This record gives sequence, structure tokens and C-alpha cells, in this order.
Amino acid sequence: MSVAGFWRKIPQRYNLVGTRCERCGQFFFPPRTFCPHCRREGTIVEHHFKGTGKVISYTVIRSASDQFEFTTPYVLAIVELDEGPRMTAQIAIPPDDIKIGMPVKRVFRRIATDGESGIIHYGTKFVAR
Amino acid sequence: MRDVAVIGVGCTTFGEKWGASFRDLFVEAGALALDDAGLAGEQIDALYVGNMSAGRFIGQEHIGALIADYAGLAASHHIPSTRVEAACASGGLAFRQAVIDVMSGMEDIVVAAGVEKMTDVGTGTSVDTLTGAADREWEGFAGATFPGLYAMMATDYINRYGLTREQLAQVAVKNHYNGARNPIAQFQQEITVETVMKSSLVADPLRLFDCSPITDGAAAVVVAPLERAREFTDCPVRVLASAQASDTIALHDRRDISTLDATVEAGRRALGQARLQHRDIDIVEVHDCFTIAELCAIEDLGFCAKGEAGRVTEEGITAIGGRLPVNTSGGLKACGHPVGATGIKQIYEIVQQIRGEAGKRQVDTKIGMAHNVGGTGATVVVHILGAY
Repeated sequence: MSVAGFWRKIPQRYNLVGTRCERCGQFFFPPRTFCPHCRREGTIVEHHFKGTGKVISYTVIRSASDQFEFTTPYVLAIVELDEGPRMTAQIAIPPDDIKIGMPVKRVFRRIATDGESGIIHYGTKFVAR
Repeated sequence: MRDVAVIGVGCTTFGEKWGASFRDLFVEAGALALDDAGLAGEQIDALYVGNMSAGRFIGQEHIGALIADYAGLAASHHIPSTRVEAACASGGLAFRQAVIDVMSGMEDIVVAAGVEKMTDVGTGTSVDTLTGAADREWEGFAGATFPGLYAMMATDYINRYGLTREQLAQVAVKNHYNGARNPIAQFQQEITVETVMKSSLVADPLRLFDCSPITDGAAAVVVAPLERAREFTDCPVRVLASAQASDTIALHDRRDISTLDATVEAGRRALGQARLQHRDIDIVEVHDCFTIAELCAIEDLGFCAKGEAGRVTEEGITAIGGRLPVNTSGGLKACGHPVGATGIKQIYEIVQQIRGEAGKRQVDTKIGMAHNVGGTGATVVVHILGAY
């Protein structure tokens, strides 16, 4: 990933800054700049998510791309944030402990690295709460 | 709008074809399809080619032109040639573009091909490239792999519908049985449930034998107006429906994680176009990139209720000789999955079955359905073909 490509997503990835449509009240994370319901009638504003939610589904990744191979095995999940939207993220938990419905909260973690001299990708993982 | 027929088909063998280049593959498939239709290259009006990621796999873009060139139709005839991309649904979509071209009256003789050369890169790179079929920024970034995304569908499905691990394995066992009867299939060996259960975990609960392989291969079909089809073949196969639907790029944004709404919608549209009911369909080629995907497909296309496909598979209903044979070709699992070629290979299989040319895996077929999925279900293409 290019430095600019990573840099422009820092607020979303580090602090779960997403969006909300003021017209219909729906929350978006990952952020959308266009409301699928209200379309051009919608007004999109920034929203800081609390970072609490629950596990909807999960897997344990045992074989990954080169960037993530050093992390295997790791727990990957779809997390539903309390505000409603769902996102894909790692859960920092031993593989045997993960369960559907488990309450989780966000933490700031290293996600991956671009090789030995590339940038280090930080972002959001979740832990049990 | 005109009726459209398939007048010729061709397919390379699928596998790890170290000796064959991208160009070798599509030239071979194209020549086979033209031979089958009894056509000369200069009779072709247009070419469509489904290809997911030649840019990542072999560093080559501009595939439409490359294909026209190496088919010998660029410098001499300058025929229009267009690459179509929708990840693993690229082939099905290329076929649909060819059908639309002929249906509209814009062109008469159109070739739809699909090709992928995947084994020139290592596993890590191919895993990363395939992740591009999902949401790179919000799934891939977090460490999602393709097996991982389908594994999350499987976890959700097992939790809600009580599917057993053995039932999931039955899908692979059936598809390997069929692949062992298909001369183009990558895997020619039958396997047992135990083979699946003993294979290594890739992304829980999916094991290696739940996953389609990395494959090189190409397939091509020729379409023409139905009214002209008998100029080229004694057994034209009619295109009864061509439907396509979209859904969110990311799995996490879906209404229901283990239901592919785009499959539901494309299937419904296709049956509506063809004015057919489920009971009219004799065989289905579904997009079984993972065992769980075949179960979801059978249900989402409406052949059984949600949660029933595991039992249906276990009872042999989807096997050759069952009431609704699914993936007689061996599917993506055993026949192999050269991503851009898969959708065309599905058409190739159904045409062979309708013509009665499927050899040891032949089933009595008048009408067949092909279901091709891009990503985790963000693009779905469904075609229905029938004897004429």
C-alpha cells in the first residue's frame, strides 16, 4: 500500500471515525460519503464510533498472504458495532476462546507491515470486554 | 431482441500448467471452440474475454487486444475485443456480454472466452491477488483472506442451521467423484470424507479440501443468432436466460452473512426470463469456490429451503444420478478454478451435457443452469441454457 493510501485512512483506522446520515440517522463504518438510502437527499456527517460491539461471525486464519503470514494463526471476525454497522477486524484472543455474540471493544494495534523496510500498518483490533 | 444460441465450445485441460503461457491457453481454447463450430476466425464479429487479474498474475494488462492479436484477428481483421472483469464472475459476465451483443442485433458471431494463468506467482501473492475480489481497504487490510471470508459464512451457517462438518465434506467428495469422470478436471481422484477431515485447516472451519485450487486454464464458447445456428452446428444450444445482480463488495455489509442476495436475485430474474420453474432445471453448475458456497448456492437459487442443502447433499440428491445433479464437471473444487475461465467452463459443461457429450458423467439434460459468483457474492451471473 502506498504511504498516501495508508495516511489518508488514519482517522478511520486508528480511531474508528466513520460517518452518519443526518436525514435517515443511519451510521456508516467503514465510512460512506453517499447514503445508499437517501442518496443525494442525504447529508453525511462525521461520526466517532464508541468502539464497542459484539462478534457476529469469525474464523481462525491459518494460511495468509505474505503480509500477514507472521501473525498466523489469528482470529478474524465480523464485529457489529453498538451503533449498528458491521466491520471486519482481528480479535486479539486465543483461537479457542472466540465465540459468536462475544462482547468486544476496540484497541489500537499493529496490523501488518509492508516488508522489512516498508511502512507499519496500525489500526483497530478488538479484545473481549 | 433476437434469440441466441451457443454454436461451439472449447476448453483446455485445467491444472498447474507450467509449460503453458497465458497466450498458449487462450489460443488453445479459442481454436477448440472455433473447430467445434466449424468456423474460420475471420467470421468472428467480436470477442469478449473474462479475466480477473492478468495484471497481478503475469504483469500483463490490455488483455482484449492481446487475445485478438494472438488469435490472429487483430492485424488482419481488427476485430473488436474487450476484456470483462468481475473477479471470479469475469467468465460468466463475458458470456453475458457476448449474448447481449448478439441479442441486440449489434453483432452475429461472437466469441466469449475466459482465461487465467495463476501459477506463475507464489501462493502468498495469489492469496493477496484474490483478496482483491473482496474489499481491499476494509477486509483485506484487516487480514481477511478469501477462504477466511467464506469461513465466516460457514461459521454463521453452522451456528444457525446446525450443518455438520461431515455434510460440508460431502460436497467435496461429490465434486471429486465428478471430477474423476471429467477429462479436463485438475483433480482426477475420488476422495472420502476422511480425506477432507484430515486435511489441514486453512481458515476454521474450512480445510484444504473445502477449497478450490489455484489453476491455469482457458475456455471459449461461440454464440450466434438462433436463426443462423444451424448453419454451423446440428445441435445448437439455446440461451434461455442471462441475468446478473450486484451486492455490497464487503461481506460484513450484507443483510445476511450466509445468504447471497445477489444469487437470490439473479436466479429469480433468470427463471423469470426463461419462464421456467425450478423443477424444469435438470442440472446446475454452481460456484463452489468453497464447499460452503455450493450449499448456499443451492439454497439461494431456490432449489431447497435455507439450511437444507447439507441434508440434500448427504442424501445424494445433487450427485450424478440424483434428482438435481450439481457440478457434474467437478465444480471449481475438483475441475479447478482458473478464476476468469470458470464462468465459461460452466457454460462448456452444460453445453456438453445437453449435447450428450459428457461421457462418464453424462446425465439426461434438456435444461441446465450456470451460476457464477464474483468475490463473496458482490456480482452474480446466472444463465439458463436449453436443448433446441
